[in-house]
Amino acid sequence: MTRKTRNKVLTHTILITLVLIIAFPVIYALITSTLSFKQTYAYPPQLIPGTQLWQNIVAAWNRASLGRLFLNSSLISIVVAIVKIVLSLMAAFAYTHFRFRGRSLLFPMTMVTQMLPLPVRILPTYQLMADFHWINSYYALMFPFFASTTGILLFRQFFMTVPRDLSDAARVDGTSPMRYFFQILIPISKTNIAALFVIEFIFMWSQYLWPLIITTTKNMRVIQIGIKMLLASEQQVPEWNVIMAGAIIAMLPPLVVLVLLRKSFAQGIAMQSEK
Amino acid sequence: MQEERFPGHPFLPYLLILPSVAVIVIFLVVPFIQSARGSFFMTSAFGTRTIYVGLRNYIALFHSSYYLHSVLTTLIFAGFVIIIGLAISLAIGLLLNQKIRWQGFYQVALIWTYALSPAVAGTIWALMFAPATGIVPFVVARLFGGYVLNWMTDGQVALLVVSAAATWKMLGYNIIFFLAGLQNIPKELLEAARVDGAGPWRVFWKITFPMLSPTTTFLLFVNMLYAFFQVFGLIDIMTQGGPGNATNILVYKLYRDAFIYMNSGSADAQSVIIFIVIAAAAVVQLRVATRKAVYAR
Repeated sequence: MTRKTRNKVLTHTILITLVLIIAFPVIYALITSTLSFKQTYAYPPQLIPGTQLWQNIVAAWNRASLGRLFLNSSLISIVVAIVKIVLSLMAAFAYTHFRFRGRSLLFPMTMVTQMLPLPVRILPTYQLMADFHWINSYYALMFPFFASTTGILLFRQFFMTVPRDLSDAARVDGTSPMRYFFQILIPISKTNIAALFVIEFIFMWSQYLWPLIITTTKNMRVIQIGIKMLLASEQQVPEWNVIMAGAIIAMLPPLVVLVLLRKSFAQGIAMQSEK
Repeated sequence: MQEERFPGHPFLPYLLILPSVAVIVIFLVVPFIQSARGSFFMTSAFGTRTIYVGLRNYIALFHSSYYLHSVLTTLIFAGFVIIIGLAISLAIGLLLNQKIRWQGFYQVALIWTYALSPAVAGTIWALMFAPATGIVPFVVARLFGGYVLNWMTDGQVALLVVSAAATWKMLGYNIIFFLAGLQNIPKELLEAARVDGAGPWRVFWKITFPMLSPTTTFLLFVNMLYAFFQVFGLIDIMTQGGPGNATNILVYKLYRDAFIYMNSGSADAQSVIIFIVIAAAAVVQLRVATRKAVYAR
């Protein structure tokens, strides 16, 4: 073997080992989700898949009304992602295509947004929701998340690279700015829109603290809290097979979004870190 | 500098930024100012009156051994997540950034943990480490002559397990950004160094690592936010701050003081302290990012 081939074999061996190590926890979770309750308490721990997957999924689904929670999570994640994309597109368009008073404040404003994650304003935000009579509502689950630094910066970066000829030609043709925005700028931003959708969907799907405190009834819970409900159910010892079935249901949508949109996502990230 | 591309529309840009500015002001800036204000007040025992107490909430925090312990726990936890996590991710990023076959497959197979929520990650690690039934205590007992690994009673083990779980979940995200950063380093630069006879180790420390500094700084900041806040679900599922207070990081203590013990003045003060730390880190991150921009153009 030449040195080059030996290096290649070594690289592949290391990479495959890493892939397996990183995947192991989820593989173990998958196996557990197929076992019967008794098998999960076997000694030594069982690593051969069982046949109870469907029963466990049904049990998890019924016990924590995961169907409803799944819908709640899907709804808020999709709406928040879309609203954030629309608001960031608009702000970035204003920022890169117009001159106006206070324009120089936009960048500091996005910086401030980054510095104010929910925990540094949690009590007053809760109070605000109470004042609006929004406790335990979809509004409360979504509104505090509509501000988007990532989006504004991502689209700003991209719009600055759009050749001036494009907007000049539109203007000479008498196209209005908004028409240019909708018919030219947004269609050429597709990749970045998809990238931002991945980021914001995963971000929102993972929310835990805010839904925990702002929702009070079972039918307004989100899927992350559903897992906690499965873990803390009446049983003396955790029913790991059912809990893992629930965890797998909860991890599927963001994984699917990431895998389906991975090309656009990778391009969007590459562009953002080009600066 | 950006020029005006559509002159003669004095109101349109304001309309365009209005929704963003409105949500930032209503849901971020104003509540934060109220947090800051609330930190100077205390609510009486039955919640009937609020009393101005000046800096007493802050002073009480810095005299509380619980709070100081929580600060220390957060530093250890965040330090682990950031240093170990970024080091492993950078190493994997370097391995991936070569001309190899199946690169697409490896990329997906190494970044997918990004899509997991901290709560799901915590649930799976709780399963792996479950005392008596989990696979890890089993293996440990086999390897170390019957040693009983129980993270539900041993605080140090708990902190280690929680940190490892949080680091694992973040690997995907870090690899994505390191890989993007590595791919932006001009190949000619690395080639030139190699021609000059620099070994791989030297090339890495003299060129790759400095050129990556904007990515690294960005990831330092994001991982800090993650370790400070987003891991809440993971902690709540795995340990709820326990055993004892071994994993009671700041965000978890804040949640308890605000929503379980209803100690709003102290909770607001904790919010403000966390803000100061984050703001300082954000400013540092921005400094480094802008320095790079000047350097590159």
